Amino acid sequence: MSQSVLTTRIREAAARGKKALIPFLPGGFPDKERFFTELDMLDAGGADIIEIGVPFSDPVADGPTVEQASLDCLINGTCLSWILYELAKRKGRYRAALVLMGYYNPFLQYGLDKLGEDMSDAGVSGCIVPDLPLEESGPLRQALVAHGVDVICLVGLNTPIERMKAYAKTARGFVYFVSVLGTTGVRESLPEKIKSRLADVRKVFDLPVALGFGIKTPQQLAQFGDLIDAAVFGSALIDHIRAGGDSASFMARWA
Amino acid sequence: MKKSYFGEFGGQFVPELLMPPLLEIEEAMEKIIPTKAFQAELAALLADYVGRPSPLYLCPNLSKRLGVNLWLKREDLNHTGAHKINNTMGQGLLTKYMGKSVLLAETGAGQHGVATATAAAMLGLQCTVYMGAEDVRRQSHNVRRMHLLGAQVVPVQSGTKTLKDAINAALRVWIADQETTHYCFGTAAGPHPFPTLVRLFQSVISREAKAQFQEKIGKLPDYVVACVGGGSNAIGMFHEFVPHPGVKLIGVEAAGTGQPGCYHSAPLSLGRPGVLHGAVSMLLQTEDGQIMPSHSIAPGLDYPGVGPEHAHLQKTGRARYDTVNDTGALRAFSALCREEGIIPALESCHAVAWVLEHAHELPPGCHVAVCLSGRGDKDLGIIEEYLEKGGTL
Ligand SMILES: Cc1ncc(COP(=O)(O)O)c(C=O)c1O
Repeated sequence: MSQSVLTTRIREAAARGKKALIPFLPGGFPDKERFFTELDMLDAGGADIIEIGVPFSDPVADGPTVEQASLDCLINGTCLSWILYELAKRKGRYRAALVLMGYYNPFLQYGLDKLGEDMSDAGVSGCIVPDLPLEESGPLRQALVAHGVDVICLVGLNTPIERMKAYAKTARGFVYFVSVLGTTGVRESLPEKIKSRLADVRKVFDLPVALGFGIKTPQQLAQFGDLIDAAVFGSALIDHIRAGGDSASFMARWA
Repeated sequence: MKKSYFGEFGGQFVPELLMPPLLEIEEAMEKIIPTKAFQAELAALLADYVGRPSPLYLCPNLSKRLGVNLWLKREDLNHTGAHKINNTMGQGLLTKYMGKSVLLAETGAGQHGVATATAAAMLGLQCTVYMGAEDVRRQSHNVRRMHLLGAQVVPVQSGTKTLKDAINAALRVWIADQETTHYCFGTAAGPHPFPTLVRLFQSVISREAKAQFQEKIGKLPDYVVACVGGGSNAIGMFHEFVPHPGVKLIGVEAAGTGQPGCYHSAPLSLGRPGVLHGAVSMLLQTEDGQIMPSHSIAPGLDYPGVGPEHAHLQKTGRARYDTVNDTGALRAFSALCREEGIIPALESCHAVAWVLEHAHELPPGCHVAVCLSGRGDKDLGIIEEYLEKGGTL
């Protein structure tokens, strides 16, 4: 199988001597129109991959910031079909690769049989489903693989090496390392144990590694050196936009 | 079939970070629960602390009026007043054997919260209970009980502020505190192995009932009826009867007001398969997979999902699921109070109401066993509010 676009984007950033930047923006945030303006700014501001959140009523892996944004987007009428429809109209517009991040039920109700084709028509290269561990990920992976859409695997501080090895057998795109035993939301400091676990991830996976959950500033990443290839930041971006900023000024800090 | 599934329902739809603690519970179920030491300690607690076996009681007055033999399995007489304690003593004891020090729980009506706080106090564990802010308001009596028992009660302000949001909050906290904390899930739903674990501890209800029927009438009952919220009292009441096809199993869901367009709590009767709280099961959801709010006058039934084994029993036709609305439940409440001298929980009233509403279709003189899952003291506020608004009993 050809190399995933997601892998390529991260390797390209590395070739420029940079960590790949993966901002997360909930679909339809802060409102349905401005969402696409923000998306353009993220793209122009140097994002290598953009994660677009698919809102869900019961986001168990998220802290208050993402949860509230998700509930606000549901109220303004954002749903998976709208996101895919609007992205399809803009296919080819973005330099950054696109990934959808959302809980399983909305994908399941959309219909796994048409999901792969519609994601690919929308220019989406992967999806991250935080409530879909290895044991349950087979049907989604099978539905998407034929369309070249990756299901990104998440591992964390408490994932045993054996489970990492099992994930590695089917993993594509990149590996998402969850930096805290907890939910999304910015943290002032990150757990000490991350480094030794990232070293395990390096040993087991032959894919680039992205660090996510809790990331607030570029300074936090320096300590990880070559152990990571990319960083995901969501709550920090949402907070910045809520405080009156935009994605352009946010990305300027990271460039 | 994967062992985490009941037919096509069940599974483990949780963040990877929760897989290690779920696997740890699964291992504890295999290695600890079957041991003589655990079994003996649990049996002693159930007998001397919980007060088991609970009586199987033939209602003399309602049986006469209805023309069928109405038997109540009296889980309302357990310590703390509901079936929930069967599960919390089991999981609490397991927590001790696993070497953890904190019991974490969600609660809707507050009965599971009280039962968890009780087990924690008795077993020397710490206890934190997450409860929707709306439930904190309407079941304040149980909040006060939890405080007296030394538990910390955390009101949950997100979403619909009821049971489903309390479960979200508890799952989030469990991710962070898994090392010291056991999540004492309160119903036979959630990710594997909870549906199996909770059934294991609740099936004491049907184990006793089966033996009591043999002793009292020399045969099994014709109908076994239980209310279904998440499904723990119902699966506990059904389990030992499932292999006996002559025993008809009836689960009763809450229809809410019963008015068209109003929210209700009947995912088996009116929902579609979907994933919530770690399992694929029947679910109240919108077209695009968002979870819908639920409603019932009985807070313990107010949940948009249901345990996966019930979805399987329904799909295979082994059990039948019907609904009873708020008014029907109140009518049953009144009947049990006035005609039998028993103040029942509004949840359990749904099961009793099914018998009141269907007695005329049942063979005269047949034996109907209802799980009276709890007592009604906790519901006096709801009843008073209903009477103040002009309702009658
Ligand atoms: C008395 C009583 N019955 C029934 C229920 C519903 O739960 P389940 O369906 O798990 O038995 C509750 C829940 O709080 C309850 O308190």
